[in-house]
Amino acid sequence: MKYAYYPGCSLETSGAAYDVSTRAVANLLNLHLVELDDWNCCGATEFFSQDELTASAVVARNLALVGPDFDQLVAPCTACYLNLKKTDHLMRGDKKMSDKINEALAAGGLNHQAGRVQVRHLLDVIHADVGEAAIRDKVVRPLNGLKVACYYGCQMVRPFNDVDDSEQPTKLDDVLAWLEAEPTHFSAKAYCCGGHMTQISEPQAFELIRRILQNAADGGADMIACLCPMCQLNLDAYQSRVNRHFHADFRMPVVYFTQLMGLAFGVERKKLGFGKEIVAAGPVLERKLRTLQQVG
Amino acid sequence: MSEKIGIYVCHCGSNIAGTVDVEEVARWAGERIEDVAVARDYKFMCSSLGQQMIEEDIKSKGLTRVVVAACSPSLHEKTFRRACEKAGLNPYFLQMANLREHVSWVTKDKAEATAKAKALVSAAAERVKRHRPLEPTFVDVNPATLVVGGGIAGIQATLELANAGYHVYLLEREPSIGGHMAQFDKTFPTLDCSACILTPRMMEVGQHENVTLLTYSELEEVQGSVGNFKVKIRKKARYVNEDLCNGCGICSEKCPTKVIDDAFEAGLGQRKAIYTPFPQAVPRTPVIDVDACRWFQQGKCGVCKKVCPAEAIDFEQKDQFVELEVGNIILATGWKMFDCSRLPQYGYGRLPNVYTSMEFERLCNAAGPTGGKIVLRDGKTEPETVAIIHCVGSRDVKCNSYCSNVCCMAALKFGHLVLEKTDAEVYSFYIDIRTPHKDYEEFYQRLLGERMHFIRGKVAEVTDAGRVPFENGKLIVQCEDTLLGRQRRVPVDMVVLMGALEPQSGAAELARICGISRGESGWYTERHPKLDPVATMTDGVFVAGVCQGPKDIPASVAQGAAAAARVQGMIAKGKVTIEPITARIDEERCSGCRTCNGLCPYGAIEYDEDKSVCRVNAALCKGCGTCASACPAGAITAAHFTDEQIFAEIEGALWDAGGAPAVEAARPREGNAPLQKQSWPTGEPEQIST
Repeated sequence: MKYAYYPGCSLETSGAAYDVSTRAVANLLNLHLVELDDWNCCGATEFFSQDELTASAVVARNLALVGPDFDQLVAPCTACYLNLKKTDHLMRGDKKMSDKINEALAAGGLNHQAGRVQVRHLLDVIHADVGEAAIRDKVVRPLNGLKVACYYGCQMVRPFNDVDDSEQPTKLDDVLAWLEAEPTHFSAKAYCCGGHMTQISEPQAFELIRRILQNAADGGADMIACLCPMCQLNLDAYQSRVNRHFHADFRMPVVYFTQLMGLAFGVERKKLGFGKEIVAAGPVLERKLRTLQQVG
Repeated sequence: MSEKIGIYVCHCGSNIAGTVDVEEVARWAGERIEDVAVARDYKFMCSSLGQQMIEEDIKSKGLTRVVVAACSPSLHEKTFRRACEKAGLNPYFLQMANLREHVSWVTKDKAEATAKAKALVSAAAERVKRHRPLEPTFVDVNPATLVVGGGIAGIQATLELANAGYHVYLLEREPSIGGHMAQFDKTFPTLDCSACILTPRMMEVGQHENVTLLTYSELEEVQGSVGNFKVKIRKKARYVNEDLCNGCGICSEKCPTKVIDDAFEAGLGQRKAIYTPFPQAVPRTPVIDVDACRWFQQGKCGVCKKVCPAEAIDFEQKDQFVELEVGNIILATGWKMFDCSRLPQYGYGRLPNVYTSMEFERLCNAAGPTGGKIVLRDGKTEPETVAIIHCVGSRDVKCNSYCSNVCCMAALKFGHLVLEKTDAEVYSFYIDIRTPHKDYEEFYQRLLGERMHFIRGKVAEVTDAGRVPFENGKLIVQCEDTLLGRQRRVPVDMVVLMGALEPQSGAAELARICGISRGESGWYTERHPKLDPVATMTDGVFVAGVCQGPKDIPASVAQGAAAAARVQGMIAKGKVTIEPITARIDEERCSGCRTCNGLCPYGAIEYDEDKSVCRVNAALCKGCGTCASACPAGAITAAHFTDEQIFAEIEGALWDAGGAPAVEAARPREGNAPLQKQSWPTGEPEQIST
């Protein structure tokens, strides 16, 4: 299975653990991810509300870079995924816009034919294309006893709901269950993490973060598995400030689902980017996973 | 021999005459169309004077064909056919040209409209010359009726017919009749006990000398047509001999296996592996649930057999097939509840104290699993706050766009019951409150005066993720209050989802078996939405109750009675007319390829194995012509729509083809140039057996 791969900016910096674990897991699952050559930023969440045409052209450049050998583009970051998908959708429905964007791309000798490339989220590829049997087959270190709150956030399930339910998605829960971890009851699984609200109004952002951490803790989760570097950053890096703000005492590690997959597949923790998170996952994993205690 | 055609152009007041130059059309037709003996225009052709004019012309001028250029044939074809018949002309020697719906109402330019009117009149005249006399046939009506579905609509239809002295076979899929009404606690708006008004009707059906009750049975096959249906019914094995069982119930009492009752108790209660669904069930004969029974699963137990005093338990029983002959069929198959877990944001199936409206009915019911106590899933805690959410799966383009009609009133009823039985606060989350029937609005007013809180807005989600301490341990209903113009979070203990009514499972299959159609939402399609609500496009098949569209008990009962009245009308008449406009297969030319068999939407084509040919059952055929156009051998002729007639009609419509453009031709011009004629294939001569 061969896919064009768009890591996005976050995966080179704050979300590096997502990138290394994705590559490690893909390798084991025979997912051939070929990184786009000379890709650029997707514009993140703000650019579209500033100037739709320019923002779309910036995103469309990445779509245009997908070579003729590929018809699917995989993005692990949900913001990148949504922007890529949104742009292609926009170009398919709006011929005028599409022509304008291609006019801009032509300056760089590029062209994007809307609809040619299918934009996929990594979770969707792992759930649908790899599937249960192949994943269970690779598990050498089952995650029995580890209670995980599966957190989806907004951008994978809204506004497009073709991959999973908009309100109560379940695919990440499935994948964790295939690793034999225990997905917890987690009603806030698709609540907003606050996004860039941390930069605008901290009290509002902290409340959005708190309600997710609270609900995960209420459900008895040992840690949160997420699939977006923005969500990971907000829930993890702001956790101590949320604690201070609300006089709370959350100690909830937030890791990428690909890290847990790699762990179950027997990959060394160092090679999966563990240790980069701020609320340390190591002690929880060691306490919960007896197999880890034996192997080290 | 040439025909003598009478052409009658109607003004329809100013409806046609306002746009079409009707006098010119009549004049032109009289002068230019061959074989026209008389051409007139008249203010209202459908009036008695207009009809008299036609009748007198037929008699005095010896007309052999009639063209009425007026409105749509669906309005007045019958009128003018009758006029022809009264004057001694075969009614099928009439053809209508639609100058109103097809011309005057849809054309602005008078010259264009007049040209088109001429083309249509010319087409009708060319066609009618080639019409053949047709005679309708008559068949006797079997006075027995099959009613499918033993809910309140089916029960009503059954009793109406049985009390009128006719035999009824009442078919029910479940072990007992009663339907959903048997599950309800109270009925709105009067709050009388549902079982108290239903069970006497059930008893009456069970004991009626004119009713044959076929419960735990399903319709497998329908053959024949109106007046003479042959139906095949599967009687599922009960493993209890109905003739021997006296309904004492000791088998259920002693049965050691308990299972969750997903049907009657909506999953809230339990029943035994051998059971009658509820104490007042009709018939009293129990059934064995094979999936739960120890005898069938493990080959041991047999307690019921040991204790039965009537020796009625029969583990060897098999499904039986019963074949019946009936004249009419009434479908009253009802509805099923929307699967509320399809809207995961409301938490049904995930958050324990979220209930469906059917579960809540059982919770309120004094004979239900909690003895009528409104308590949470733990079985003991009384809720302090209850939220009732309207339109779950209704009025939602993602699920069902229609309004389910009964939920607003049921929600008001629930609110009243909670207030009556507990001290809880009740919040009703609605989009619009719809209470349009007799005494319904008054009931709403009554609830407004009780302690019920009404919040207008569609609920976004029901969650257990609390934000503030007092929300912890509660279900929070998040909603935009559109009257207040702000977001609200209402913490409650219990949530009731007013699920949509959806077509009963198996509705599509039954529609196929009976040859009727379903609308976009899956409800059975009536013949006319206003004027013929219980008949279907298949003669002899009627619908009643919710299977035709969501409705409440009074409306279902009214439809049950209406369908029965229609059937009584058929029985009283004794005979049904079979339209002669049907297809016929020339057996000499039929190769037996059976292409037509699969295409016929009415199942009217039978295959004769011995002769390897197909044959049309004229009683079932609606004359749609699908088979005739598909037959690769051209062996099928559709009476009244023969190739010859259709080609002649086209030729007539193209009277000016090859000459001046139609609009120009319609303008006054000098001289009378002859009509341009082209030769078209005339097709095969029509063969009609009389």
